[in-house]
Amino acid sequence: MLAEIKTLTPILERPLTAPYYRPIGEEVALFEAAARQRLPVLLKGPTGCGKTRFVEYMAWKLGRPLATVACHDDLTTADLVGRYLIVGEETVWLDGPLTAAVRMGAICYLDEIVEARKDTTVVIHPLADSRRLLAVDKRGELIPAPAEFMLVISYNPGYQSVLKEIKPSTRQRFVAIEFDYPAADIEAEIVATEGGVDVECARKLVKLAELTRNLKGAGLDEGASTRLLVHAAQLIAAGIAPQTAATAAVARALSDEPDMSETLDDLVRAVFG
Amino acid sequence: MSARRLFAHELEEALDRVLYASPSHRSIERLALLLEPLSRAQQDLVLHWAGVAAQTYAEIGYLIASLAPQVFARLDERDFAAWVIHGLDTYDKQGLRPAMEVLRDFEGFLAAKEGRAFARFEEVEARLSRLIQGLSGRPLSLRIGPYPYTDTETIFLPERIGQYAAHADNRRLYQALAVRLWAQARFGTYRADLTHALSQYADRELACQWLCCLEAMRLESCIARELPGMARELARLRSPWPDELACAARDLQADDADISVSLRWLARLMEKNVLPPPLTGLGVLAPELAQRVRDARIEKDTEILRRALMQSLTPGERKARMTTQIDAQRGVVEIRIDGEAVWLAPEAQEAAQSLIQDLGELPPELLAPAGPAEGKLPQPRQRLAEPERIEERRADFYYDEWDYLRQAYRRGWCHVYETEGKAGTGDFVRETKKRHAARIRQLKKKFEAIRGEDRLLGRQLEGEEIDLDAHIEALHDRKSGAEPSARLFARRQRNERSFAAMFLIDMSGSTKGWVNDCEREALVMLCEALEALGDAYAIYGFSGWTRTRCDLYRIKSYSERYDEAIARRIDGIEAKDYTRMGVAIRHVTRLLAAQPAKHKLLVLLTDGRPDDFGDEYRGVYGVEDTRRALLEARRQGVRSFCVTIDRAGQEYLKHMMGPAAYVILDDARKLPLKIAEIYRRLTV
Repeated sequence: MLAEIKTLTPILERPLTAPYYRPIGEEVALFEAAARQRLPVLLKGPTGCGKTRFVEYMAWKLGRPLATVACHDDLTTADLVGRYLIVGEETVWLDGPLTAAVRMGAICYLDEIVEARKDTTVVIHPLADSRRLLAVDKRGELIPAPAEFMLVISYNPGYQSVLKEIKPSTRQRFVAIEFDYPAADIEAEIVATEGGVDVECARKLVKLAELTRNLKGAGLDEGASTRLLVHAAQLIAAGIAPQTAATAAVARALSDEPDMSETLDDLVRAVFG
Repeated sequence: MSARRLFAHELEEALDRVLYASPSHRSIERLALLLEPLSRAQQDLVLHWAGVAAQTYAEIGYLIASLAPQVFARLDERDFAAWVIHGLDTYDKQGLRPAMEVLRDFEGFLAAKEGRAFARFEEVEARLSRLIQGLSGRPLSLRIGPYPYTDTETIFLPERIGQYAAHADNRRLYQALAVRLWAQARFGTYRADLTHALSQYADRELACQWLCCLEAMRLESCIARELPGMARELARLRSPWPDELACAARDLQADDADISVSLRWLARLMEKNVLPPPLTGLGVLAPELAQRVRDARIEKDTEILRRALMQSLTPGERKARMTTQIDAQRGVVEIRIDGEAVWLAPEAQEAAQSLIQDLGELPPELLAPAGPAEGKLPQPRQRLAEPERIEERRADFYYDEWDYLRQAYRRGWCHVYETEGKAGTGDFVRETKKRHAARIRQLKKKFEAIRGEDRLLGRQLEGEEIDLDAHIEALHDRKSGAEPSARLFARRQRNERSFAAMFLIDMSGSTKGWVNDCEREALVMLCEALEALGDAYAIYGFSGWTRTRCDLYRIKSYSERYDEAIARRIDGIEAKDYTRMGVAIRHVTRLLAAQPAKHKLLVLLTDGRPDDFGDEYRGVYGVEDTRRALLEARRQGVRSFCVTIDRAGQEYLKHMMGPAAYVILDDARKLPLKIAEIYRRLTV
């Protein structure tokens, strides 16, 4: 039966060029060791601090293909594992990104895992312990993961909602690497490199981010992320006045609330005015 | 009503009525004579506002009436009302005496009004405090003070600023002052013993003014390093630096300049014996006040940090060596004892950062042994513990209340105490369950049916599975030449109910007896039904006695499960005192709004109109406040519904519940049977 059904597996590409990544601590060595020891990795940290970029960088460094899945609250097991399709009169099986990654020995990165439906975690459990197996129920197939396969998930502990907590049974299968916004000098270096602005300007953006991070919990859910700073820098590099760029890419991006916007404008003025 | 002027004897009568607690009848006679020459419209206005004010405080009402003739000579009718409200606001915030002063100073009020240029503390407070929070360093609060200064924990700003003609400029000056004072606390103006330093000069006042100038110059360049935009703004808002400072500029603006540089230059300037120019907008130095606050804080922080460090030391190693490292970029303090990094709890980390901000380093006595006999700082420990014990219990929360007469909020007016509801025996609940067993079974079944469950949707364009029926049909269609459908998949659709409910129960004295029984019965039925449904829900009871004692009883919080303990608390619900409804609604709205559910529903169970001890809350005031609270709830995404057992309530309910919906039960006995059904109707 299995042999008769055509199976489609998406081809995952190996990254050819090195993505820019500025190591902060020992995360690269940790990740490499985990990869060698076939351990799954959990990346913790606030939004826009470089988790996804780090995984891309590591995929390039290890020379492995990468399948990234941005999890959302309607993500089902089928979206990860695969599904039957009908092509003409024929039934075809299409591998999901997780299955494709297992077959190819790739890195599978599930971004913001807590956003996914709870049942999806069940399918990653056997992959994340010593069994290293993917069960494809609908095909009655058990795929053992090759040595190169690696499971990476990310999670933002900043969301305090009880619904968005990661279960201990999931959490305790992973090696956890903690991320945070980098120290000011390093962050300025990143913003300057990625955004194409001079260090002086990057420093100002980082200062602004610092001010907004002080407001976390006092009206803001999160302060400005490194990603937002890079956006602002890119706008500046494209010829927009720094104050305008910071207002658009940072202040407006952080809050819709009039009072908070006013304060963010004050902060932008304090740095760029 | 005739537009004829009231005569003195008529005024006397009216004044007697509104100023029920007047000092003496003689004074009322005099007052009436004073008011006689006013126009009728003015007389009416005086009577109205004096009455309103007298409800807050009789003496204020009297003062308003007696000042009225002079005030009307200067203010028109609209400003008259504004003047009164301004006085009452002052009373709420600062008490009787300042309120009387503010009212007497109607010329000042007029100046503010005419110029329309004054920026007021209230209008800038929220924005400034967010700004100060955004700037790093120890959190500082904002308060009104006689002059602009900081004691390193609070920034005091004047109540109003009218230096510039334009309102916007005065607001900017507020900001500039707040930032300069923040910088005093942030960049160590009070790190040196200024009281001692200034006492060396014969003219201490002059020295203090010069030091303030020097510090302003130094701090401005500190600010410029981090916040260039802000520094430019500060420079725009001050007059040029005096010539005497020109030679000090280089020293003061150096990267590592601290307060000692300012003090050195102070000595040189004082030798020259010149007067400082009248520089405004720089704030004022308050060495004594700041010193006191700072010393107390250092003592407290040292103690907190020391306790934290002692815990990480084993008793044997008393003579450990401590090294400190400050991660300047993150502001995190890392402490190593004998080379080993110590983990600091957030509280201790905060204390360490605060100490570094105050002292520039951590005090060496931190590692002094903990035992009081050996310690160098034995006192703070004892002094620290005591206030905790003798401190009276403060209110858990403070809420604003809407005063319809003033058309303004009274800030922090109601004091809320939240406690766990008293536990009863649970017999009542058991009995109710037994008595209504059949009804409860029925309810459960009904509620289970509407419980959100996943459904498999067939014939979809895409989905996790193939819909076999659709597929076979399509094959058949194709064979017979018809156009086959492309909808061949099945998709699981989540049908998640996302409701959070809050039940607010009136526990006022009037519910005593069978109304209370019915409420409790209704709660039992509700809990049973809601357990079947799986919605998040909480139950709070409220009662109180004046604005300073608003009690909220937690019967069931969102995180608690419906179990024996909850049943006991339902049993323990009893009739207590009064019904100050607005504040109770505000409190539970806050709890409800924090729930993650998509839909939020507040159900209010009450037997009558809002009421509290004393005359103030009774009547229109309470109804308007409650209405306002419900409006606020709606703005926060909370829908409210009122179930009331009050046949007389029809006329005010419609107005009060305007923002909500309501149902009136003419018989409390119907409540237990109806309540679950009402809830079901509201949520499906």
